[in-house]
Amino acid sequence: MTFDANVLILITVISAATPLLYAALGELVAERSGVLNLGIEGMMLAGAVTAFAVTVTTGNAMLGIVTGALAGTALALAFGVLTLSLLANQVATGLALTIFGIGLSALVGSGFVGIPVDRLPRLSIAGLTDLPIIGPLLFGHDVLVYLSVLATIGVAWFLKRTRAGMILRAVGESDVSAHSIGYDVIKVRYLAVLFGGAMAGLGGAFLSLSYTPMWVEEMTAGRGWIALALVVFSSWRPGRLFLGAYLFGGVTILQLYAQGFGSFGVPAQVMSMLPYLATILVLAVIAGGPWKGRLDAPACLGKPFRPAT
Amino acid sequence: MSLKIEARPEISRQLLYVTPLLAVALTVVAGFFIFLFMGYNPLLALYHFFISPVTSLYGLSELALKAAPLIIIAVGLAMGFRANVWNIGAEGQLTIGAIAGGGIALLLWGQEGFWILPLMCLAGILGGMAYAAIPAFLKTRLDVNEILTSLMLTYVATLLLSMLVYGPWKDPQGFGFPQSRMLTDSALLPVIMEGTRLHLGAAIALLVAVAAWIVMTRTVIGFEIKVVGQAPAAAAYAGFDRNRMIWLCLLTSGGLAGLAGLFEVAGPIGQLIPSLTPGYGFTAIIVAFLGRLHPLGIIASGLLMALSYIGGENAQVEVGLPQAVTGVFQGLLLFFLLATDFLTKYRVRYVTLRREVAPA
Amino acid sequence: MSQETRPASPPRLELRGITKRFPGVVANDHVSFAVAPGEIHALLGENGAGKSTLVKIIYGVLHADEGTVLWEGEPVRIADPHAARSLGIGMVFQHFSLFEAMTVLENIALGVDDVADMSALASRILEVSHSYGLPLDPAREVHTLSVGERQRIEIVRCLLQNPKLLIMDEPTSVLTPQEVLRLFETLRQLAAEGVSILYISHKLEEIKTLCDTATILRGGKVVATCDPKAETAKSMAQLMIGTAVRTLSRRTAVRDGAPRLTVRNLEMPAAGPFGTTLKDISFEVRRGEIFGIAGVAGNGQNELFQAISGERLVASAAMVALEDRPVGRVGAGGRRRLGLCCVPEERNGHGAVPDMSLVENAVLSARHRMGLTASGFIRSQAAASFAETIIREFDVRTPGAAAAARSLSGGNLQKFIVGREVLQNPGVLMVSQPTWGVDAGAAAAIHQALFNLAGASAAVLVISQDLDELLTLTDRLAVINVGVLSGTMVTADASLDEIGLLMGGLHGMDEHVPSHEGGIAPGGVADVA
Repeated sequence: MTFDANVLILITVISAATPLLYAALGELVAERSGVLNLGIEGMMLAGAVTAFAVTVTTGNAMLGIVTGALAGTALALAFGVLTLSLLANQVATGLALTIFGIGLSALVGSGFVGIPVDRLPRLSIAGLTDLPIIGPLLFGHDVLVYLSVLATIGVAWFLKRTRAGMILRAVGESDVSAHSIGYDVIKVRYLAVLFGGAMAGLGGAFLSLSYTPMWVEEMTAGRGWIALALVVFSSWRPGRLFLGAYLFGGVTILQLYAQGFGSFGVPAQVMSMLPYLATILVLAVIAGGPWKGRLDAPACLGKPFRPAT
Repeated sequence: MSLKIEARPEISRQLLYVTPLLAVALTVVAGFFIFLFMGYNPLLALYHFFISPVTSLYGLSELALKAAPLIIIAVGLAMGFRANVWNIGAEGQLTIGAIAGGGIALLLWGQEGFWILPLMCLAGILGGMAYAAIPAFLKTRLDVNEILTSLMLTYVATLLLSMLVYGPWKDPQGFGFPQSRMLTDSALLPVIMEGTRLHLGAAIALLVAVAAWIVMTRTVIGFEIKVVGQAPAAAAYAGFDRNRMIWLCLLTSGGLAGLAGLFEVAGPIGQLIPSLTPGYGFTAIIVAFLGRLHPLGIIASGLLMALSYIGGENAQVEVGLPQAVTGVFQGLLLFFLLATDFLTKYRVRYVTLRREVAPA
Repeated sequence: MSQETRPASPPRLELRGITKRFPGVVANDHVSFAVAPGEIHALLGENGAGKSTLVKIIYGVLHADEGTVLWEGEPVRIADPHAARSLGIGMVFQHFSLFEAMTVLENIALGVDDVADMSALASRILEVSHSYGLPLDPAREVHTLSVGERQRIEIVRCLLQNPKLLIMDEPTSVLTPQEVLRLFETLRQLAAEGVSILYISHKLEEIKTLCDTATILRGGKVVATCDPKAETAKSMAQLMIGTAVRTLSRRTAVRDGAPRLTVRNLEMPAAGPFGTTLKDISFEVRRGEIFGIAGVAGNGQNELFQAISGERLVASAAMVALEDRPVGRVGAGGRRRLGLCCVPEERNGHGAVPDMSLVENAVLSARHRMGLTASGFIRSQAAASFAETIIREFDVRTPGAAAAARSLSGGNLQKFIVGREVLQNPGVLMVSQPTWGVDAGAAAAIHQALFNLAGASAAVLVISQDLDELLTLTDRLAVINVGVLSGTMVTADASLDEIGLLMGGLHGMDEHVPSHEGGIAPGGVADVA
């Protein structure tokens, strides 16, 4: 393989990692506040179809991106109302969100299948983008890729260094204690969940506007679930999450390329299985042991906060 | 002015039965507006969706036919959910069950014998169980979340089926289409109602539901499941083994899902194809919740979900509704059920004071 | 100078007619009292009298339905804890509001409003905590601290806001006797500086030692305000409980029966990052005796309970023996069949399933010994009848056996659970925190039931944080501290000082003294320097 081909592979790895990074970052924040939202798949699809539909109808990709994020947020709001205000079971509600999101996005998108759209414009900085290798690798992506990196840094700084981030972590550690001290647990969780929805929406928008600029039913193909695994893999730390997203992006791309090369005699479907099998393997390896990872998980994850018992 | 939320001293029994009906009603109302918004005649669409499928005997038999796999799977899932064991990979387990049982059928293709079908059923059950054993092992030994593992395995199973059906199991007389050979008579489920496609699987679904009901309400194992799900510390105190419960629930739901998968292959489909069900493994989750995780309730909710599938197809043909409406309805139904569930546990009152926390 | 009477300075805090209702109960009924500046004021009452609700109203966590709160003479509306803190009210909760995985600094920062600079806060923490005799290291993670040290975080958190009123809710239930004395010194120092202290407790001797005034609550109402130094413990107890204090009938102490429960060199690793490892524990409980294990919560009691009950299996079968039969590898059900019954510390969630009926909860633990199952099926008639027997024999107040466990009051549920175990006729009964959070009437009934059981030749093991309870109940006792058990003492001969030192180990008093691992030799009492 030539140098250029290698660079091309790396560029596509970055593309593959970006939607995972968005979705997982959003979920990380939600989980740090104590909420387990299994509806990522649904929120991503809502974002994907909305961004696509708006971009096709208005011709404005930026508007598409913003509305994609809003669509994810809207679904997250429904999730929030059910689990935070109506105290429904978080697992069941997340699943409902996924099923509903899949169905709704298919419904809305049924009029948009097969319509082409321009891929999001790539950055082109005179001088920088023309540099050999690192030029296109670092400076030739679209705005959503760079935003995802900024978001990672932003979330890390927010959690570690701001008072608001500390309060969010406290709410995830012990909602009862946080409430006793006087913090509004429900409000903090709502905000975290909505952020998760917006990020998932952005991840979906990236899929339909940049990764493969088109709309196909269920085009997330399980990325929402992989994002969930990534959050566990990262021990709820944004830095590790970044690494994990790129690792998985790498696995996804490598198996695609391998298929392109006749996948060394192995049937194409087996190669397609790799990302999913890799997820299981990673979860098994990092779990290994009664307490590992348990210390890092927010202690209240998944438990509803009941204001009046 | 704000809402004061009070926990009811005990779960309201009447509301427990009323809320699923309320959820259905709300879904129908929502459907009305969705159809209106999309430019279809809402009443006509609702009629074709909900009413016309049940107006003929054939229609009812189709309803039972579609409900059977949903009920079988949901009964197994419900047991697990009660014990806080979240098997989300039923779709994968039913695929593997179909592959196992269908594989036996293809192996014995053309042969005759009353023993072929039971053998296929056994293979289906064992296949589903074996596949569910993976998340069970990972959870009990390594404490890996079974939601993620069972789900990932679903994608793997679907790819496996695709590989087989595009490859070694492809029908040589099939014009290159990705499908296996059609199963011969000995490998097909007998039809139990003349003139319909309703097969033995429907009767078995009923039996499974009743058996599950007896287990959950009368036996120690049923009691164990409930305790493990509600209070894990009390379960340990009572001498119940959490790991045993995880294995039991996953293997049972996996085996039942595998059986349901086999029934689809040996029933209405008659061969192995890449897409065996329109997502029964996931719909069964809704069926389980809608039936309040109770085997008899699941019979009712299974029929309701089957109606949503058939109604969706009907409305597509008669009114031109897109196929995806079915998924939307199913998701909405679960949403509304979860929302109305709140009313069974809490009372809401308008009050002029702020929200507060009751004493320990 | 004119000799006109100057108006006395207004009380720091005054409550007038405070009333608070919850569904089914009036928690506070027209409660009125006042606390002067620099006064240490006790709020006395047994569990369920309304003390916690009252202070939550003062701290803004709850709002009263009727009545007024006056701060320094002016009526105020305390909307939430932030408002309370800005007035100058600080509260140290009974159940700490701490975040285990976060540092001391972060925990304090969360409880303090307007934190500009974390490193400045860290220096203030060092300064304040040392000057009041409660040293803290800001960088430590809370889960590494002992219970007494955690309480310091709560107190320092309040002190950093320069409170004018400090509310302490049952502060000493988690402290060793020596730690209690140190706390009292701190409180007296604060009172001398003009800080008012509202001290909630049901421990009469402590209140007599520490407090200037006592307001006694019973059933939500104020029944008396008195000077604890002038009263006797007995007179205050009578006011608190309302009836003459009953003396329990105690059979003569039996000492030499054969052992029915033997624990020998028990070792068990901690179950999680916040657990305690058990090291080389040995003791025995004899026929007819009540044996106590004292200790501050979090020193291995839960692990010990699980090792003996069979909820966790131990490495070697001989570590736990019932009537000389090694059962270390036998599960909970098997041990029940062999005659061991137990009552765990937590009623709702461990001893009973809250949403299940009392009949189902009877099946939970009694199915082995009372024949409530047959070939895998539950015998509902037998179960219902057993549940009804428990309710009748132990005077459990409930609409019926079909009522959910969560609908019972703490005392009644505890009576049910204790009754369920006692009526199974065990050879060995283990009870953990038997009367925690239980009203005096139920507590007395439970104590009597334990006496009766021992009188019938069973062996009874009581694990408790409440020293008074252990001194009343037990024949012999030992103390558990960081997973190590002290030697056994005869209760009648043991001294409070000795027990206190054993409870605190030799650490927790000064921050630089390392903990003494295994410094207490089994079979003998610690040699106190």
